[in-house]
Amino acid sequence: MKTPFRTAVLAIVSKDLRAEIRSRELLSVMAIFAFLCILVFSFALELDRVAREEAISGVLWVTLVFASLLGFNRSLAQEGDQGNLDAMLLAPVSRPAIFLGKLLSNYLFTLIVALVILPLMTVIYNSNLLKGWLIVTTLLGVFGFSAIGTLLAMLTLHTRSREAMLPIAMLPVALPLLLTAVRATTNILNDNPAREWLVWLQLLAAVTVIYLTLCWLLSGFVLEE
Amino acid sequence: MSDETPIIEVENLSKTFGLLPVLRSVSFGVARGETVVLLGQNGSGKSTLLRLLAGLSKPTAGVIRIGGWQMPKEAMAVRRQIGLVSHQPLLYGNLSARENLDFFGKLYGMAKGERGERIGAVLDQVGLAKRADSLARDFSRGMQQRLSIARATLHQPEILLLDEPFTGLDQAAAERLEDLVLSAQREERTLIMTTHQLGRAPALAGRALILARGQIAFDGQIATMSAASLSELYAGVCGGAAVA
Amino acid sequence: MTTKTKVMPTRQTVEATPMPRALQLLTIVTLVGFCFTLALGLFVAGTDIQQGEIQRIFYIHMPSFFGAFTAFGLTVVGGILYLWRKNEQWDRIAGAGVEVGLAFALINLVTGAIWARPIWNTWWTWDPRLTSAAIMALTYAAYLMLRAGIEDEARKRTFMSVYGIFAFTSVLVTLFIIRVVPETIHPVIVGASPQNAQGSFEATSGVVMALVPSLLLWLTLMPITLIWHRSRIEGRLEAVNRLKLQILSE
Repeated sequence: MKTPFRTAVLAIVSKDLRAEIRSRELLSVMAIFAFLCILVFSFALELDRVAREEAISGVLWVTLVFASLLGFNRSLAQEGDQGNLDAMLLAPVSRPAIFLGKLLSNYLFTLIVALVILPLMTVIYNSNLLKGWLIVTTLLGVFGFSAIGTLLAMLTLHTRSREAMLPIAMLPVALPLLLTAVRATTNILNDNPAREWLVWLQLLAAVTVIYLTLCWLLSGFVLEE
Repeated sequence: MSDETPIIEVENLSKTFGLLPVLRSVSFGVARGETVVLLGQNGSGKSTLLRLLAGLSKPTAGVIRIGGWQMPKEAMAVRRQIGLVSHQPLLYGNLSARENLDFFGKLYGMAKGERGERIGAVLDQVGLAKRADSLARDFSRGMQQRLSIARATLHQPEILLLDEPFTGLDQAAAERLEDLVLSAQREERTLIMTTHQLGRAPALAGRALILARGQIAFDGQIATMSAASLSELYAGVCGGAAVA
Repeated sequence: MTTKTKVMPTRQTVEATPMPRALQLLTIVTLVGFCFTLALGLFVAGTDIQQGEIQRIFYIHMPSFFGAFTAFGLTVVGGILYLWRKNEQWDRIAGAGVEVGLAFALINLVTGAIWARPIWNTWWTWDPRLTSAAIMALTYAAYLMLRAGIEDEARKRTFMSVYGIFAFTSVLVTLFIIRVVPETIHPVIVGASPQNAQGSFEATSGVVMALVPSLLLWLTLMPITLIWHRSRIEGRLEAVNRLKLQILSE
């Protein structure tokens, strides 16, 4: 009776992609915001060159988290404002499929922004961020944010002043991801030996897997109301 | 018709929002193929009742069974049988009419060929065939409402729940919708619709339920009633003036 | 006073369920235990040679964190059980757990600041553990804001159960951050302190004797008693609100 899981997930992702290619609502807002964020940090930290260099990984991840928050809010607002989420919920589709579909499209958009930011920061901050392991860290970290952000955006969708609620709800929960990702990034940037940062990457992967599992299990409850 | 177990059974259904009771111990049954019009003033709980029937919301107390399946716990078994036109259009503004329907067709597991065929048919039915490739956000309120009706009927549901389907429709579109309702009746589909336009009710539905203060204030046949006498009945039950 | 002329509606009340025997007992034991452990910390334990009297605040400071740990842990348990059983009672416990835990976390932060003033020469410093403890408190403040912002009762209970589970990560981070980010100046009393810890003191037998009862009390009886009371009040509050709306809508 149920629509196959994969069909549903693919339908949601391709729907989001098509709408985004047409309107570029999410990507343009996220990218411009991220760009501004990097510039503002650059000005704010310029006085002290050493401080700036040490702050690069912090700037990268804070920028990514803030930009992704904007994206998640917008992406779920597209579902919520017109009640479209209801239309999806009416369909014979398993609830985790809806969660996974939204997660994948959110991940894709945030990842695109991240992959634009990395070369940009390489230029602006004069430090090579385009390293293999750093990109792996980015792939992992952004996935963790997307998982938790998608679930919490679904949760805050029905609250008063939801645009403000998502950051408040998400930032503390995202802290373990942020912490491990920043540590790994700093070490990789400084060309430290792998034994010093591999543990951070492993921790990041562990937290991401735990969060994804939790989100997966709880998405049914969040969507069934 | 009355011997059969009703396709929709509602027993002692209550729903509260916050602590505010919206529905209070509502019970009724709807037989397969029956058309019921749901009347009541704003805030009387009509939309809430439809959302509950569609499995979008959980009852605070009481039981809803559709085709014998309990909602919303076992809703997955009957989702395919239900179509809902909500007071919101439930459409993506950045997608064209056809893309919107294609997406929902996929969610209902329709194969590609079947999808194309059905999309063509429903767009024709609501008179949007010429605007199939326009973006939904460029549609007027009435056109969105028509597309919304197309979305709800795309998968040929057994049960159609229509919340104020006539809102925003011009005369021609309203006639199309009436045709659609009548053809659904011929196909023995079950319809529940809410409306404020009492005048339309007797022509479309055999039976009316009037909700007042979260309870069923009237449940009976209206097919033989004139619009005026229904209006009088409504005013008597709700204690207010009605729109004829 | 002008209501005299109106016909008064029949007076309706929400019957108070009598306090269970176990709760009465628990309340008394907790109160006595609290006075007892306070006396242990204030009078029985010896004065620290280096830090002086201020060190005594530690007998509240550390136990209060573990009290918060238990309370937030009960929020997770209540959340899971609510999602599973859909019994409102569990959600009330989860909600009460956050309020009690937040109160304990604030006690923990304030006592820490009072201690830090003479020992570290500052009320507050952006040390990893202090920062994560502050973020933990903010997470649960966010919980309460979210809770107040969801109107639909069933949805609120479900969503807050989910968030209560996620919010616990901030507790775990605070607990384990010393192991992960070693450059903290916060002392560790049980086990080896980090190298740069400032303000460590020796866990003499006197310290342990005063600390263990206090720790056990804050870890178990205090949060459980308070949460029990709080969830009972919440249950009555809901009953009163229900009655109010019922009367208003008649």
